Amino acid sequence: MLNPTVTRDPAAPARLLLTLVALTLLWPGLSLSELDLGVLFDGSNAETMGVFLAGFWPPAHDQPFLALLAQATLETLAIATAGMALALLIALPGALLATRALSLSALSRGGRPAWWAQALRWPARGLLIVLRSIPEIVWALLFVRAVGLGPTAGVLAIAITYAGMLGKVYAEIFESVDPQPARALLAAGSSRLQAFCYGVLPQATGEMLSYSVYRWECAVRASVVMGFVGAGGLGQQMDLSMRMFAGGEVASMLLTFLALVLLADLLSRLLRWRFA
Amino acid sequence: MILSLSGVGHTHADGQAALCDIELRVAQGERVAIIGPSGAGKTTLLRLLATALKPQCGQLELLGEQPWALSVAQRQRLRARIGLIHQAPPLPPRQRVVTAVLAGRLGQWSLGRSLLSLIYPLDAAGAAAELGRLDLADKLYMRCDQLSGGQLQRVGIARVLYQAPELILADEPVSAMDPVLANYTLGVLNREAQQRNATLLASLHAVELALQHFPRIIGVRAGRILFDKPATAVTSEELAALYANEQLSHSPVPAAAFAPPLHIPRC
Repeated sequence: MLNPTVTRDPAAPARLLLTLVALTLLWPGLSLSELDLGVLFDGSNAETMGVFLAGFWPPAHDQPFLALLAQATLETLAIATAGMALALLIALPGALLATRALSLSALSRGGRPAWWAQALRWPARGLLIVLRSIPEIVWALLFVRAVGLGPTAGVLAIAITYAGMLGKVYAEIFESVDPQPARALLAAGSSRLQAFCYGVLPQATGEMLSYSVYRWECAVRASVVMGFVGAGGLGQQMDLSMRMFAGGEVASMLLTFLALVLLADLLSRLLRWRFA
Repeated sequence: MILSLSGVGHTHADGQAALCDIELRVAQGERVAIIGPSGAGKTTLLRLLATALKPQCGQLELLGEQPWALSVAQRQRLRARIGLIHQAPPLPPRQRVVTAVLAGRLGQWSLGRSLLSLIYPLDAAGAAAELGRLDLADKLYMRCDQLSGGQLQRVGIARVLYQAPELILADEPVSAMDPVLANYTLGVLNREAQQRNATLLASLHAVELALQHFPRIIGVRAGRILFDKPATAVTSEELAALYANEQLSHSPVPAAAFAPPLHIPRC
C-alpha cells in the first residue's frame, strides 16, 4: 500500500448521518399516513381486487362502445386544448408582467431592477400564485355547481389553474435565457414587447413549447380526473364503467390514455427537434 | 456639441472606480478612437455614452439632451438615435441574420410592423444592402449560430448601420477579425459615418488601426483621459506611457499586454 494512512472514506460519517436523518424524518411520515401494505393481501380484499382486475381482459371493443369511447376521447382532448388555449391567454400577459427580463430600469443598474419596479411586478406574481394554488379539482367542483355538469366546468377549471402554472414557468424561462440580446435592443430604443419578440423569444421558444406540450398532456390527465366529478369526457365515462364493474371498458379507456400520452410525447419531441 | 461630458465618474458595484473626472467634447461628424490598456475603462465610457450606464457624478449631454433628466419614453426615443456596436454581438443563436440586422430599427418601427417583420422580413433588401457593404450579403438567411466570431461582429456592425443612428459607438468592433478584414471593416465604418455625417467613437486595441483610420485619438488609462489630440500629433512616448505595465515589466514578453486573448462567444 502506497499510502497506508488513507484507508477510510472521509465523507463516510457525514453520509451515514444524512441517511439516519432521512430515515428518522421518513418514519413519522409513514406512520402518519397509516400506510399498511398488509391490507392489500388480506383475505377478501385481495379476492375483490382480483375479480375486478380479471374483468379487465379482454378490453371492450364492441362497435357501440368504441363509438362512445371515440366521442369521450375527443371531448377530453377538446377540454384539454380549449383549457390550455384560455390558460395561454392569461398566462402570456401575466408572464410578461411578472418577468424581470424586460426591465428598463435594470438596464442601467447591472441587471437589477429598481425596487419600485420590482414592487410593481408583485401584483402579477400574486395573481399567478392565487390562480395555481387552488387545485383544478376544486375549481371543477365549484364550476360544476355554477354551470352544471359537462365539459364547460372542466375547461374553466383547467384554464384557471394552468394559467397560473404556465405564467410562472414562462416568466422564469424568460429570465433564464441570455439577457444580453434583449438588453441591447432596449438600449437601442426598442419597446419592451419588441425586445421580447426579437431578443427573448428566439431563445425561449424551444423550452416554452416543450413545457406547454407537457402541460397539455397534464391537462388531458386532469380533465380525466375532473370527469369523475362530472366535468365530462373520458373521466365521466370511466366513472360510469367502474361503477358498473365493467373492467373491459376501463381497460380500453386506460389504453386510450396510454395512446394520448404517447401522442403528446411524440408531439413534444417533434417540436423540440424543430425549435430547439 | 453632439456629446459633452464634464466631471463624469462611475464606480462599479464592487467599489472599483472605473472612470473619474472625465472631460470630453465631441462635435457632430467627428471620428474618434479610444485607445488604452485592458481594464482602463474604455467599455465603461462607451456604455455611459450609450446610456446603458448611469453616471454617478458629473454632467452628461448627448445629442443636445440630458438623458437622465428625460422621462423613460423620451429616453427610449433618444436611445433609438444612438447605436452601440458590441464587442461580442448580443444576437440570439437561433435568430436569422436578416432578422438580427432588421432589429436595428425596432426603435423606429411600430409594434405591428416589427411583429409582421418577425413573420416575414419586410425590408430584406435594406438588410442585404448593409450586409453587402461588409461583404456578408450571402449570409442573409443563415442562422447566427452558423457564423464565425468575425462574421458575427460584422452582423452586429450591419445592424447598427441599418439603425442609421446619429451617434455610432463601437466597442472593439473588429477584435475577432484578421488584420486585413479588420482594416477593411474599419474603413467601411469610417466611410459610412462620414457619408451620413454621423459621429463615430470606437474603442480599439490595435493602435496602428486607430492612428490610420481616425483623425482624433483619446488615450484612456486607469479611468482617466491621458491625452486627447489629433492622430498626427500622437507620439510614441505617449503611447509607451499609455500602455506601460508595471506588473508585467519584468516579464520576458511585455507585448502580451497589448493583445489579450479575447473570448468571443459564438452566439
